[in-house]
Amino acid sequence: MEVPYTDTNRPDTGLYNAKVGIWLFLASEVMLFGALFSAYILLRVGAMPGHWPTGLLDVGPGFVNTLVLILSSVTVVMAWASLKLNDFKKFKFYQGITVICALLFVVIKSFEYKSKFTHHDVILKDGMRVDGHLVEETDEFIVLSHPVSYPAEKGIRERAVAIKEAEHHAHEAGGDHHHEDRKIMLDDIEKRTTWGPWANTYLAIYFTLTGLHALHVIAGALVIAYFWGPGSKMWKTHPEQFANRIEVSGLFWHFVDLVWIFLFPILYLL
Amino acid sequence: MSGHSPEEIKKSIRSYMMVFGVLIVGTIVTVLASFVDFGSSTANIIVALIIATFKASCVALIFMHLNAEKKTIYMTLGFTWFFFLGLMVLTIWASEDKPNYTVAPNDTPAVMAAPSEPAAH
Amino acid sequence: MESTDSHVHHEDGHGHHDPGFWRKYVFSTDHKMIGIQYGLTSLLFMLLGFFLIALMRWSIAYPGQPVPVVGYLLHAIMGDMASPVLDPQTRELIGYAISNDLYNSFGAMHGTIMVFLAVVPLAFAAFGNYVVPLQIGAPDMAFPRLNMASYHLFLLGGLIMFASFFIPGGPAQAGWTSYSPLATSIPTDGQFYWLVAMVVIITSSLLGAVNFIATIIQLRAPGMTWMRMPFFCWAQFVTAFLLLLAFPPLEVGALLQLMDNVAGTSFYLPTGLAISTLSDVSGGGSPLLYQHLFWFLGHPEVYVLILPAMGVVSEIIANNTRKPLWGYKSLVYSVLVLGFLSFIVWAHHMYLTGMGTKISTFFQTTTMIISIPSVIILTCLFISLWGGRIRFNTPMLFALAFLPMFGIGGLTGLPLGFNYSDILLHDTYYVIGHFHYVVAPGTIFALIAGIYFWYPKMTGRYMSEFWGRVHFWCSFVFMNLTFQPMFAQGMAGMLRRMADGGVGYSIANNPDAIGGLADRYLQLNVNITLAAYALGISQIPFIINLFYSIKNGKKVESDNPWESTTLDWQTPTPPPHGNFVGPIKVVNGPYEYSVPGAKADYIPQNQKA
Ligand code: HEM
Ligand SMILES: [Cu+2]
Repeated sequence: MEVPYTDTNRPDTGLYNAKVGIWLFLASEVMLFGALFSAYILLRVGAMPGHWPTGLLDVGPGFVNTLVLILSSVTVVMAWASLKLNDFKKFKFYQGITVICALLFVVIKSFEYKSKFTHHDVILKDGMRVDGHLVEETDEFIVLSHPVSYPAEKGIRERAVAIKEAEHHAHEAGGDHHHEDRKIMLDDIEKRTTWGPWANTYLAIYFTLTGLHALHVIAGALVIAYFWGPGSKMWKTHPEQFANRIEVSGLFWHFVDLVWIFLFPILYLL
Repeated sequence: MSGHSPEEIKKSIRSYMMVFGVLIVGTIVTVLASFVDFGSSTANIIVALIIATFKASCVALIFMHLNAEKKTIYMTLGFTWFFFLGLMVLTIWASEDKPNYTVAPNDTPAVMAAPSEPAAH
Repeated sequence: MESTDSHVHHEDGHGHHDPGFWRKYVFSTDHKMIGIQYGLTSLLFMLLGFFLIALMRWSIAYPGQPVPVVGYLLHAIMGDMASPVLDPQTRELIGYAISNDLYNSFGAMHGTIMVFLAVVPLAFAAFGNYVVPLQIGAPDMAFPRLNMASYHLFLLGGLIMFASFFIPGGPAQAGWTSYSPLATSIPTDGQFYWLVAMVVIITSSLLGAVNFIATIIQLRAPGMTWMRMPFFCWAQFVTAFLLLLAFPPLEVGALLQLMDNVAGTSFYLPTGLAISTLSDVSGGGSPLLYQHLFWFLGHPEVYVLILPAMGVVSEIIANNTRKPLWGYKSLVYSVLVLGFLSFIVWAHHMYLTGMGTKISTFFQTTTMIISIPSVIILTCLFISLWGGRIRFNTPMLFALAFLPMFGIGGLTGLPLGFNYSDILLHDTYYVIGHFHYVVAPGTIFALIAGIYFWYPKMTGRYMSEFWGRVHFWCSFVFMNLTFQPMFAQGMAGMLRRMADGGVGYSIANNPDAIGGLADRYLQLNVNITLAAYALGISQIPFIINLFYSIKNGKKVESDNPWESTTLDWQTPTPPPHGNFVGPIKVVNGPYEYSVPGAKADYIPQNQKA
């Protein structure tokens, strides 16, 4: 006996196995991201006054990435609809765009990550603190662009505002703002870190949420790419089952998009 | 399969495109709304979350076909949703509801200072 | 004769002609083989878990004294965590004792291994895999290859956990709960292994849960309506949902702790955290967040431990009383309510963390409400015995013992559910006694009953009845001698997780202290330890019986030796790939025993009365 209902619907539930499977899996994903959102809220509500930044991230790349994911969600569902209309060429076209969007998303994300990892947070021996982007490093000194300095104990919320302003000014001043760079001797430095997840609780949850989400994007993209490439042979032999697979992988992809719809405002805007 | 005839698919394609538009507009509105001051940061958060929920519902209902799914799936998701809310609400409630007469981190000085303050007399 | 025989085999084999060793035993996608893989692996882990507690019990009863023989082995593997003991006069090395660190490691590993690598995989994955598809009349699980992946992930997770015994610093030491910031501040990589292993095991469980639920929803044979499903399948169904929805928050909990450990984040590390000196972390985290995420799984987990056991016991009781389960519908609704409520009681493990009275009251109330369905289930099972023609075979003995033992475990839980009594009992041996009554003479007895019960289906032979009885009576007596005294110790105030078994708090050592531990409670440590060793020895007949009977046990007389109604017995023995010889059509409820006017005293689910 073979396992039944792999490609046909079971009469009483009206579903095929994989559809039940993916929705159950998504239910567990809801709990996974749900727990992370709860953690986010708890950490944010529990943060000491002035220790939860807003506007630390550039809205631009986040905004573009949101659009990229929305577009990919549309193409995924269009790819499935094309199969249902028996139009394999269109399927290839739409799903191709999906994969490109996924790649684009990851690339943009990694540039964002990089800009955080090159952000330096330097505490000087004289009790001041300098934030800026590393542009040069030698054995004796470092050079930071867009430097902002204030007393070391200043909370991350106010620092974020000051940093935003400094970058804003630099932009208005045009491309030539190198005169603003600041050179700091290593001897003057008490402590120096970058804006990785260790820097503060906000960045910690930011990297964890987006990192986990990015893993989902990559996993989903791999599956979709497989069904776009080698896996699409199945269309010839088992069209119904192939359409089901596209539907199921699409459901996963929509979920990934859906998570991002919440991540974008809570991390970038609020 | 029922509900997946070519005519119906063509009809759904129109709704997919509409949702596409709604999502883009929604995204722009979220960003713009974040620059508007609605009175308090809580109000801003609520506005942003309402827009996000609306967008997410569009994706779930139309793209993921939850507007016409089977009972099994609705039940599963219903329970999941309930447990997710339970996790979030109870966790936050538990961290807000502190016992009486205990030192909470933020008002350490006020509470701790009282007994050891001879100047009160 | 011979040629027909092999012919039959080929048909059963379904094109999988002689799949070869690897495909058959290691990379099998057959739910029965995967069930057996899970079963054997988890039994091995259970043995390891017991071995660890045996060493810990030595340290409790004879603190600081060298462990006979095994001490040298410990030293060879764990280095100086097994601390050398010198003869006070001659200053010669006389052996190795269990250091406090080693005790902590073993304690954490005992709990983790027993829960996540022994009992859950045995109860849920092993029995579930073997029995559920058979009982619902399915040819296999819904996703056979996913099933194989689940087992392999489980094994990988188990091996990672096991590997941590051999790294410098030894395994995790922060208890099976791994509370932060304790877990993050103990200087051993063991915690890293623990976290990675947990993430892998959780992922495996999630895949398994998806598979089980999909199987039960989609693959029930024609006529197998929900209310004709054996209670065991209902129990597994609810268990799978618990795993599916409660495990992800723990996965998050583990991931965030992993971030704290490797990426230097402060999710659980509060501002101003000082461990001997001020920690160099950004702070701003919340230790309570971890506890919430942990117990959000932790509580449903105890139902994951107990529901499959209840399922097994129900099957065995119905079969051996030769009458339908009393209150089948009440059982089903109770198990559903139990599953539902188990998601909103978790913070009863956190009464001492400074929760306010409102939230305490909430959790105390839900905790009391959830005891109602448990009581209903147990009551139904007790009443099922009434008026039955009971067959006292080995599986039935274990199943019968389950009832009062689980009763003790459950009732002693009530004082822990009320916050005002829990404040006294929390973290004492009373708690240890309570939950071990649930999991050891409760769940493990039920699972052992299940092994004796389904063994004839798996192998075509019975396990020895005589040795089964020896196993039962010895286990029963020593189990109680082991755990009963813990209640007394706990109520006297003896804390858990103490390598010296409370000597440090004894009246003898602290004559001026109020509430020091009296000698008579410390003396019980020795009694318990000896009983635990006897309990261990009592398992030897079982282990031998288990392997010896594969080839030498008494052969079964038919495919349905217990004369059971459920579909798992309406198959060839052992069931071939694909399980059933022909299409199955279910026409009866699950427990049509002793139907008046019927030819036999049982009517299989797929046979017309
Ligand atoms: C049957 C033989 C068993 C014996 C004699 C035994 C004994 C003990 C003892 C004495 C402790 C307390 C250690 C301490 O507080 O320092 C303990 C802890 C524990 N046991 Fe068992 N146990 C057994 C089986 C099991 C089983 C089957 C499970 C689970 C399914 C289990 C789960 C645990 C857990 C979770 C802890 C707490 C570990 C911690 O403190 O983090 N045990 N056991
Ligand atoms: Cu609990």
